[in-house]
Amino acid sequence: MEYLVIFISALLINNFVLSYFLGICPFVGVSNKIDSALSMGFAVTFVMTLAAIVSWGVYNLVLVPYKLEFLEIVSFILIIASLVQLVEMFIRKTSPTLYQALGIYLPLITTNCAILGVALLAVLKGYAFVETVVFAFGAGLGFTLAIVMMAGIREELDGADIPSPFKGPGITFITAGILALTFMGFSGLIR
Amino acid sequence: MESILLSILTMGAIGLFFSAVISVAYQKLKVEVDPRVEKITDILPGANCGACGFPGCANYAEAIVQGAPINKCSVGGMAVAELIGEIMGIAPEDVVRKVARVLCQGDNEKAVWAGEYMGIPSCAAANLAGGAGKLCNYGCLGFGDCEKACPFGAIKVNARGLAEVDENICTGCGLCVQACPRNVISLEPIDKRVLVLCVSKDPGKISKSSCKVACIGCGLCVKKSPEGIALENNLAKIIDVEKINDESIEKCPTGAIRKLE
Repeated sequence: MEYLVIFISALLINNFVLSYFLGICPFVGVSNKIDSALSMGFAVTFVMTLAAIVSWGVYNLVLVPYKLEFLEIVSFILIIASLVQLVEMFIRKTSPTLYQALGIYLPLITTNCAILGVALLAVLKGYAFVETVVFAFGAGLGFTLAIVMMAGIREELDGADIPSPFKGPGITFITAGILALTFMGFSGLIR
Repeated sequence: MESILLSILTMGAIGLFFSAVISVAYQKLKVEVDPRVEKITDILPGANCGACGFPGCANYAEAIVQGAPINKCSVGGMAVAELIGEIMGIAPEDVVRKVARVLCQGDNEKAVWAGEYMGIPSCAAANLAGGAGKLCNYGCLGFGDCEKACPFGAIKVNARGLAEVDENICTGCGLCVQACPRNVISLEPIDKRVLVLCVSKDPGKISKSSCKVACIGCGLCVKKSPEGIALENNLAKIIDVEKINDESIEKCPTGAIRKLE
């Protein structure tokens, strides 16, 4: 039950994109097509979960015993950067089309604050190992959910008659704002 | 002291561990890239200006290997095309060098002023606000958006408030063409020496009253060389430079048609 609460909370109530406003760059950058948005979402979910697992290990097994907790940010960034490199190589090898579609946003997962945020928040909340995994996975799925919803809306917007001052980034940001507003509705779901 | 040493060691160890993992993975997941792509990328000027029609030099190099024409780089010109030709084993066709031309002569003195623009000093902003104060709705605004866009310093707004291209420096990348909100700048082959230096589509009466050097669409030049010039939207348009009679240039009442030296 406790895991479910953590999961739902990371997925909906404290959605990393729409409540914490983390990871906005890929959220706006890769959300023009549902396909690439979904791939981006899964890539982020994968890196997020893996990064949270490894950084949990490094924090609790290396940093805490040696009383080096102050190194958490530096070491987490190192971990995330390495993992993104791995994921990038893997995607480049297995699917060049996906590699092209994600483009610059793939290496930019490195600086995606949502991923560092998950790793840091898991430590801050003192989660145990399984809790960290559930938390990171939920947060990743929450990111995927948000970016796919955004992509779906933006695909529809392509065919809509938008007043010219709102075209392009304008309508995108308005859409993101309205999405964030709707997600506020989840805030009373779990006390 | 101890904690400093410990942090250095720990971070070093973590870093080493991940670099080891990455280098192993790199060997396993290596993607074979055509070595010619890298060679061509090295030869290309690296300006990433996009004049070739590809987003950057690296993308163009990739496209060349897949069969794109090798003479698209206007920055590098013939020299680069020859070097690429050596790698690809094809003879380059001639690269026609293009340069940007400012098709407006309405400088601060020759244009008629309607008022003073006090807003943000940028062509894009002034264009949205309805102009920089000149009566002509087509001409150069003179705030130098093109100058800012030019990576080579080839286009400058001169003392008379008109953008001016140094054709010896201009590489024909076309960034200024995109930057100009009024589409006054156009890319022309460098050997096209006769140009209509006006883009005003206003009827003669209006363009005459708003600028001393506007093309008023009188059609005198067309009469003198009917196969070289045509009239389109109140504007003379050059069809064939070879067939333009010198008289056309001399007879132009406003001097909108010019022969460059």
